[in-house]
Amino acid sequence: MRTYLGLATLVLYAASLAFYIRYLYVNKRLLGRAATACLLAGVVLHYAALLARSRLVHAVPYQDLYGSMSLFAWLLAFIYLVLETYHRQRAVGPFVLPFVIVLFAVAHFVPSVPPPAAPARGTEFALHVTLNILAYAGFALSFVLSLIYLLQDRLLRGRKLGPVFWRYPALEVLERMSRSSVVIGMASLAVGIVFGFIWAHRIQGRYWNGDAKEITTLAVFALYSGYLWLGRKTAWRGARASWLCALNFLLVVFSYTVVNLYLSRYHRYF
Amino acid sequence: MEIVLVGLNHRTAPVEMRERVAFSAEQARQAAGELRGRGILLETVVLSTCNRSELYGVPPAAAPDCAREMEDFLACFHQLAPATLDGCLYRQHNLDAVRHLYRVAAGLDSQLLGEAEILGQVREAYRVAFDHGLTGPVLNRMFQGALEVGKRVRAKTEIGARPMSVAFAGVKLAEHIFGDFRRHTALILGAGAVGEQVVEHMRGRGIARLLVANRSRARAEELARRFDGEVVDWEALPQALAQPDIVVASVSGEKILTREMIERAMAARENRALFLMDLGVPRNVEPAAASLRNVYLYNIDHLSEVVEQNRKAREREIPRVEGIIEEHLGKFTSWRDSAHAAALRDELRARLEEARAAFLSERMDAMAQLGEEERAALARQADELLRRILQDSGEHPRDTRELQRRLERLAALRELFRLHREKP
Repeated sequence: MRTYLGLATLVLYAASLAFYIRYLYVNKRLLGRAATACLLAGVVLHYAALLARSRLVHAVPYQDLYGSMSLFAWLLAFIYLVLETYHRQRAVGPFVLPFVIVLFAVAHFVPSVPPPAAPARGTEFALHVTLNILAYAGFALSFVLSLIYLLQDRLLRGRKLGPVFWRYPALEVLERMSRSSVVIGMASLAVGIVFGFIWAHRIQGRYWNGDAKEITTLAVFALYSGYLWLGRKTAWRGARASWLCALNFLLVVFSYTVVNLYLSRYHRYF
Repeated sequence: MEIVLVGLNHRTAPVEMRERVAFSAEQARQAAGELRGRGILLETVVLSTCNRSELYGVPPAAAPDCAREMEDFLACFHQLAPATLDGCLYRQHNLDAVRHLYRVAAGLDSQLLGEAEILGQVREAYRVAFDHGLTGPVLNRMFQGALEVGKRVRAKTEIGARPMSVAFAGVKLAEHIFGDFRRHTALILGAGAVGEQVVEHMRGRGIARLLVANRSRARAEELARRFDGEVVDWEALPQALAQPDIVVASVSGEKILTREMIERAMAARENRALFLMDLGVPRNVEPAAASLRNVYLYNIDHLSEVVEQNRKAREREIPRVEGIIEEHLGKFTSWRDSAHAAALRDELRARLEEARAAFLSERMDAMAQLGEEERAALARQADELLRRILQDSGEHPRDTRELQRRLERLAALRELFRLHREKP
């Protein structure tokens, strides 16, 4: 079941990416719609795969790398779809989809061990994990948007406008999109952290454990607050803020990989 | 049925010639009316734009040199000696004429490749002719096809997508920085033709505020009135520079904005993006200003370069446009063929019915012994015979090859029944 759904999802995501890329060069509305339709279908199938998984483990699938990354990919695709609909901008798709596909493919094709039976955990824990992964997805999207901003800025400054330039959103629109996805990320991160503290208190009797993950997450929160604040300031407006936003994401990646795998005592895959 | 096109355009005639044979809307109607009134053409549309004057028409069946008559009419209507137009005119017949019109509507025949205005002009020319009953089935079909081609080409290809004028390219670039203009301010320094086009584009896109500055206060006030903007004192320019997001500079003969001025303005405007469109020659903005953060500086050469890139991009779209045109030509051909077949069939039916009526009345007279009922039965049988003969051609053809066969058969029938014989 997992393989079958997984493959179908992957094919849909890949088709969506192909349509998005083609749409950049050949401005046919039908291609853009096909890209969005494939993405939507992929998101739906992906959800079914996640659901099957969570039935198996009786919890939100975050017990292992597969579940965590797959959930991440799904939330990323989902947020992107929302943003695309809201801003009516399809040109960002070719840059977002590769992340979704790589995350999903890695999650899907890592050699899997049968998921361990989930220890009984409460709703707070599930919300803690899901919201924090949603936050990561928001940050990932702002990363992509910032990169496009920097690319567009470079093209405009160099006055070498390729055929694709004209299809990208305006710099100010990219900036707004990036800020709004950071705001989504920070809001869900904040709520997610609160749930994490509540859970820690219930299990260990303490809110703060000084775990590496707790520290990096607070650093991530601080850095993105810094981005939102500095982005409004004289010296940091424009390309510099986008650099900051893009670099902040490196810490998120660090937190998601190195911290999870080697540094944290009880954060494993999220 | 034949279609004839006679005309001249920017490729075949210089502007002095084109303006002598241009038609106003009223003249176009009048000329089309005369072409019909004199029996030169059955259906006619006159298309006249700044780049072309063209007469489209369907001549009566027996008109051996209709194109010649149309050319003479064109010269005569504009009170020119017919020889004046020698070498400037082109003629196209039938499908070539249709293709020509489709290319015109698609913008392939325009001086500015892919421009959109021409489609409106074709629509207007057709509307004038149609409203006055000067068109018929052939030109109706042809012009409706052309309007469809124009619409599809613009929806499906990039032929009209990217800005082709310096002014529009500048405005599009600004749009790629600011998204939309409804919360933004522009400052116009001096005024040139290109600068005015820029202002018009920005007005059309809903720019929130327009500031106008000019060395002469009176001139500034006049421009402000015209553009519906606010006057900024020339002396207060350095301070005023903090307000606009877009600066359009076209002051003749001097450098006005130094890097230092812009640097100060950027500090005052908290580093929000500033787009400088320098249309002046010599340049109005110090080139070094381009290195300031969040400042985007394009001078006239940079904008021309953008236009050149866009022109190449449009040229790459030509094959796709031609594909669409050929597709619609195919549609037109099959319409024309089936109309042709229907006309032949009607002619055949008329001839046969005529023959039947003559035959019956002749025989009925000879058979006085027949009663009313028998006569009616005989007439019914003759009808049945006719119906059977015509049945074959009454069905709709399945494809063009089938249609072609039918046409050949009809032609043979026409030959057989001598349908082309002059009717009484």
